Amino acid sequence: MQLSVLVIYLLAALTPWLYSKHKARTPNLLALLPAALTLWFASHIPLIASGEILVHEYAWIPGLDISLTMVLDGLSLMFALLICGIGTFIVLYAGSYLKGHQDLPRFLVVLLSFMASMLGLVLADNLITLFVFWELTSITSYMLIGFNHQNAEARKAALQGLIVTVGGGLALLAGLIMLAGAGGSYSLQEIFNSTEVLSEHPLYVGMMVCLLLGAFTKSAQFPFHFWLPNAMAAPTPVSAYLHSATMVKAGVYLMARLYPELGGTDLWINTLTSFGALTMLTGAFMAIRSTDLKKLLAYSTVMALGTLTLLLGLSTELAMLAFAAYLLAHSLYKGALFMLAGIVDHETGTRDVTQLGGLRKLMPVTALCTLIAAFSLAGLPPMFGFVAKELLLESLLEGPVGLLIVLMVITSAILVVAVAAVIALRPFFGRFIPQARTVHEAPKLMLAGPVVLTTLSLLAGLLPGYAGHYITLPASMAVAGQPVDGYLSLWHGFNLPLLLSVISLATGYFLYRYWDTLRDTLRLFNPLIERGPEAGYFRFMQGIVLISEWQTRVLQNGSMRNYLRTILLTFIGITGYTLFWRYEVHWNWDLSLYLHEVVVALILVSAAAAASITRSRLGAVASMGAVGFSVALIFILFSAPDLGITQILVETLTVILLVLVLFRLPGFSSTSTPAERGRDAFVALLTGALMTLLIMITIDVQLFPSISDYMIENSQPLAYGRNIVNVILVDYRALDTLGEIFVLALAALGVYAMIKFRPDTQPGANHYAGTLILPPKQVPEKDIVHSLDERQQMKAQQQKAQAQMDSQTKETH
Amino acid sequence: MMKPGTLILHVAARFLVPLQLLFSVFLLLRGHNEPGGGFIAGLVASGAFALYLFTFGAVMTRDLMRIDPRNLIGIGLFLAMISVFPAWFQDQAFLTSQWWPVMLPGGTEIKLSTPLIFDIGVYFTVFGSVMLMLVALTETEER
Repeated sequence: MQLSVLVIYLLAALTPWLYSKHKARTPNLLALLPAALTLWFASHIPLIASGEILVHEYAWIPGLDISLTMVLDGLSLMFALLICGIGTFIVLYAGSYLKGHQDLPRFLVVLLSFMASMLGLVLADNLITLFVFWELTSITSYMLIGFNHQNAEARKAALQGLIVTVGGGLALLAGLIMLAGAGGSYSLQEIFNSTEVLSEHPLYVGMMVCLLLGAFTKSAQFPFHFWLPNAMAAPTPVSAYLHSATMVKAGVYLMARLYPELGGTDLWINTLTSFGALTMLTGAFMAIRSTDLKKLLAYSTVMALGTLTLLLGLSTELAMLAFAAYLLAHSLYKGALFMLAGIVDHETGTRDVTQLGGLRKLMPVTALCTLIAAFSLAGLPPMFGFVAKELLLESLLEGPVGLLIVLMVITSAILVVAVAAVIALRPFFGRFIPQARTVHEAPKLMLAGPVVLTTLSLLAGLLPGYAGHYITLPASMAVAGQPVDGYLSLWHGFNLPLLLSVISLATGYFLYRYWDTLRDTLRLFNPLIERGPEAGYFRFMQGIVLISEWQTRVLQNGSMRNYLRTILLTFIGITGYTLFWRYEVHWNWDLSLYLHEVVVALILVSAAAAASITRSRLGAVASMGAVGFSVALIFILFSAPDLGITQILVETLTVILLVLVLFRLPGFSSTSTPAERGRDAFVALLTGALMTLLIMITIDVQLFPSISDYMIENSQPLAYGRNIVNVILVDYRALDTLGEIFVLALAALGVYAMIKFRPDTQPGANHYAGTLILPPKQVPEKDIVHSLDERQQMKAQQQKAQAQMDSQTKETH
Repeated sequence: MMKPGTLILHVAARFLVPLQLLFSVFLLLRGHNEPGGGFIAGLVASGAFALYLFTFGAVMTRDLMRIDPRNLIGIGLFLAMISVFPAWFQDQAFLTSQWWPVMLPGGTEIKLSTPLIFDIGVYFTVFGSVMLMLVALTETEER
């Protein structure tokens, strides 16, 4: 199983090379891998359906309890099938959709990386591994939403998605660590098998809040739902794959995965059902207001995600059955619908349903598929969506929830019927609206996905027993953590859910008939929506920018002396506190000194004093040099030749550097006032005194046995070196040295950048650095610099304007 | 760039650069047993070119060095990272040192090892970093 994930990553790495060989045929070749993996996973269906669980162990970082162990149970199998199966068609579809696009290879690389990450996420057994894959899906999603990176809107949407999901990811990490602490292991299997009752653990509420924050942000639950519709800036294959069928379900997957450990408590039930119902209603309500095909679908996805959360919240056996069925049904029809919407967009050039009509004669296959998929979305028999919806209503009526939530769910169900009707009927039926392009049926490779997915939707609906037995029942058992008794069927008899279904279908269709009037009426809500959660997000982002501006003004004001003072005062505060309040200071050192030691010390002190009172820069440099060489002398006197040599060399080079810099500095424009000098002297003396005390104490206190003895003993026999300093540098503590030389290299490059690349823009040009996270219209478009080329163009234009001005002034003279 | 009236410096720089470079290699190689090592040797090597830089300016120093200091940093970091892998391939802890003693004809034993590669990496990184700063500063001076 580890191999299945790894192989996709490898293929992603090879994609650019494949593309250079096979050009437009590449996507078809790439699709072979997910197709093969689908078959491989499908071959495990009978095994998993018989109740087995497949575990492949692999240690990754054993010292930190991080493993790459992967587990295949009903839930992960269903997800794996969806990821690979839909992924196959998405790759094919993307090949046609982005045919000839210059960045197609890059797109395929990221798409495959996403596929591998998502697969890793649903297979991972270790919490940390799960988190790593989780974040990888966020990052790949960011790159895919921002695929059209020349478009400012796409970049903004990508960043918004990233900030919301990764912000939630941070909370998730905290939650996972708490979970591992409480459950006693980082392995999901072990936590599940342990006897610990997590719901009685003191950290239960805290871990639940953190975990749910992670899940809610990822799965676009209210009030974090706003990023998902904005993510529709991505190319349609991405919307179909990430933002409906797979990635956004990661949050739901996590909640399902943790249900056996965390679920079933009052807190769980109340939180999940209320947020789920709220998300459903928000999604359905926002959907009915939209006219953009992709927005309609995106909001109905939000609604579906809310439904899944609600079902998990219900915590009954029937609800788990409904959860698995609904998840499968949604992935099948929503993936298809997105691809179909992309086809309509591709062929007509518009996604606005009010501008589309009567396309059924020109695109018969597309129209038929859309109709079938929308039937499933609306929950009409004999589609699988109907089976799932019946189960949803049944479990809702049986479940531990109040009337308010039931009403919210039914309202959203009615609205979704209207949405489904808009999607299926508006573009294809009614009067033909002429389009700017000649419209014809989409290429076969683009239709392959929708055709197969809708056929599966129909088949699963006609034969719900098979789908139930092999796919959804094992999944719901994995969620519930115990055997679940149940079966899926199309016909449940005349009962209350059926009645509700009929009512919602009728009302939904009625709403569709008067959709145009309805939309006008719903405009009344616009002021409310403008103050919704998204406005909160923008205010939050503005707040961050304000805070960072403020703290930059305070801390990074460009005055070297301020920096030093801040650093030293912080040091005095923190170290002084620890020193005096945590340890007792003993005053028992012996002062038996040799004459030469006293002499060196005196030179040192007087050189330092001279450096601090001299008025000339050269004098200060010379005095600091004297300090440095005296220190070197001390090293040599106390038999540390390596340090001594290093000190001398560093001093020499410092003097050379200073000489190079010194003559470039302007003269002092003003000297500090006596008060300032007094303050600085105070800080300096305090630091010196504290440092002296600290050294005295470190000599006096030996908290642990010194490691020097070990190093001295083993330097020759183990490390084959007599120079212990060097052995420490390159062997004992080589990792530290490795880090240090990287820091050194970075510092050198930083200095180089500061010297070489003078700011060529006007002062304050960085003012718009935070542009991307601010709400639209804040910054005039002309002020946003998009790329280096553009910057150069702007510079050239400025120069041109300047030259014109100059010539004009010459003429006037 | 020739500064007038610095004949002694000119002559000294020409002769001192090779000597000091040789000395830095000496310090580098003996470092494991006697005072020395990559860091010190790197500083000595940059000292050699710093003298040349003062005498003949940035352009001639660049010519003499042939390699851009930035690339020296790259080489250094690369070598230091390379020395990590032998232990890794043998499934030992990160950065565990590996030793390959080689007998030379005449009875001299040379101990090749990953710490030596690592130390050479440190040498080039230090050398490159210091030279990068010095050359960049001198170049702005000359402009």
